[in-house]
Amino acid sequence: MSNDEGATQANGSVVAVPLNTTTYLDFEKPLVRIEHDIAELQLEHGQTKRSVSADIKQQRSRYRSTLKRLYTNLTPWETVLVARHPQRPLTTDYLKTVFRDVCELHGDRCFGDDDAIITAFARVGGHRVMVIGHNKGKDIKERVACNFGCAHPEGYRKALGKMRLAQKYGLPVVCLVDTQWAFPGIGSEERGISHAIATNLMEMARLKTPIVSVVIGEGGSGGALGLAVADRVAMFQHSFYSVISPEGCAAILWKTAERRQHAAEALRLTSTELSRLGAIDDVIPEPVGGAHRDPAAVAANLEKYIVGSLDSLKRMKLPTLVRKRQERVRQMCSFYESPLEVKAAAEAAKEKLATRRATSRSSRISGRFTRREKISG
Amino acid sequence: MVDEKGVPAGLWARCAACGHMVYEKDVEKLLGVCPECSHHRRVDARTRIRHLADPDTFEEFSVDLKSTDPLKFKDRIPYKERLKREQAKTGEVEAMIIGKAFIRGRPVILGVMNPMFIMASMGAVVGEKMVRAAERAVEDNLPLVVVTASGGARMQEGVVALTQMAKTASALAQLDDAGGLYIVVATDPTTGGVSASFASLGDIVLAEPKAMMGFAGPRVIQNTMNVELPEGFQTAEFMMEHGFVDRIVPRSDLRTEIARIIDFCGK
Ligand SMILES: [Zn+2]
Repeated sequence: MSNDEGATQANGSVVAVPLNTTTYLDFEKPLVRIEHDIAELQLEHGQTKRSVSADIKQQRSRYRSTLKRLYTNLTPWETVLVARHPQRPLTTDYLKTVFRDVCELHGDRCFGDDDAIITAFARVGGHRVMVIGHNKGKDIKERVACNFGCAHPEGYRKALGKMRLAQKYGLPVVCLVDTQWAFPGIGSEERGISHAIATNLMEMARLKTPIVSVVIGEGGSGGALGLAVADRVAMFQHSFYSVISPEGCAAILWKTAERRQHAAEALRLTSTELSRLGAIDDVIPEPVGGAHRDPAAVAANLEKYIVGSLDSLKRMKLPTLVRKRQERVRQMCSFYESPLEVKAAAEAAKEKLATRRATSRSSRISGRFTRREKISG
Repeated sequence: MVDEKGVPAGLWARCAACGHMVYEKDVEKLLGVCPECSHHRRVDARTRIRHLADPDTFEEFSVDLKSTDPLKFKDRIPYKERLKREQAKTGEVEAMIIGKAFIRGRPVILGVMNPMFIMASMGAVVGEKMVRAAERAVEDNLPLVVVTASGGARMQEGVVALTQMAKTASALAQLDDAGGLYIVVATDPTTGGVSASFASLGDIVLAEPKAMMGFAGPRVIQNTMNVELPEGFQTAEFMMEHGFVDRIVPRSDLRTEIARIIDFCGK
């Protein structure tokens, strides 16, 4: 690269060109050190004009391998940090990169318009869709306006209203999930946050149009699930999805939020674990170093997933689609056992076998066709 | 009344709400309600079934379902161990009981949550039982009556617990599509993931007086908003005032009220 050795300013002094302007997370400290080393090399070049390209090249390769090592071995807590990274692409970013011709629709026709959930007509691939996503906000002003992506009942009711609109005009629904939880507040309870989420779960289970949901960052509890009953549910590789935040879980079970790392581990909230548990259908890969290091690449992956899913879902007849969605939800995460039912099933099988033997014996005696002969004949 | 002096210790208890000493036999006769202040005590699932169903009509389904601990969860104690302790303490396998029963002669599918079992939190078993109850209500074309009480989703089952919210709501969508009647009886406390799924989806929502009902815990709300919570916040009365409860029904009237609603709906 031409400016590997730094850019020369008009006054002749050389400044280090940072590798990128990424905000580093705590566990990324080794990368900060390498970046510092590179900056020093560039500074040295500026002062001594000694060629340092080879050294820089070596450091860059060290940077890449360290990044790869860190991200292939993320602990659950580190995953949480990546999913909450301040530069991680948000719904509003994907509305620019993945979707075209975005036409935002506002309001729940009852109480107000909740900025924590964005609903919009949009195009993706060859599809016209209704896109519904949590909005966390880019800067502090936006974040305050949308309560950091924590939706009130009116947010969930707006989402459901627009889903029904999509159903009416045959548009598939695409949900982007990114929320810590539903907003815990007085107004939220007064206006029935429980009822709003519950209604979304029930209506999404029978909505007569394809639904694809993707957890793009934080999938926090009922607030996330309220947009995640779907025909296909996917997670970004470094997103997380959990019944409670690790901090909340630690505070309740360990009586101190300090144990959040333990809680993050115990909750099995990573995409790998959720796949294993069968709670999601697919994992969408992220570039090495996480979505925030290459937003264009991750947008391309998301687009590919959405378009691919819609292509296949739209081929299904609507009654089949809804039945399959309900069957999928029915079978999901059935982690229970029943010794009595196992015993009853075994006895029923035994009985069936005995009856079959008895019939085949009697049919042989009476000279009638046995089952086998019937099939072959 | 029995002479106070003649009564052995333990037969009297202090009411947690009003502080009066009350004779336990009287409380029992009133179905767990304080004779002084009408405080509705929490009752375990078997007692609740005795209160609601016609004598000897309850026929239980899916009696032995238990969690397989899919997360191998361990906090201060392993989840498996916690379950064993709860089972020993309550004599129950899990936090919900389902079955068929008669209420004033009307056949129903009845589901009852047990607040004495890990605060009736919802994991895979509670979710599965709720779904089976709804499915049975469709099959037998009977009204579904569910007595809710829950601290919410069971943390020790993580995302598996969260999934049960979708599962129960989907089963209720199918019951609704089949024209089935679903009556919720919300009791103290009905909160969290249970509140945000099947407890809020009743065609009719009844609630016991002063039962705590809400989504987020009051302490969480207080910490987030940094304000004093209003008097009576997140009670059944608060929920009725805001439009989420049809009727507040004292425990002694529940049988009559449920039967009446079933008759109105022609079920
Ligand atoms: Zn009292």
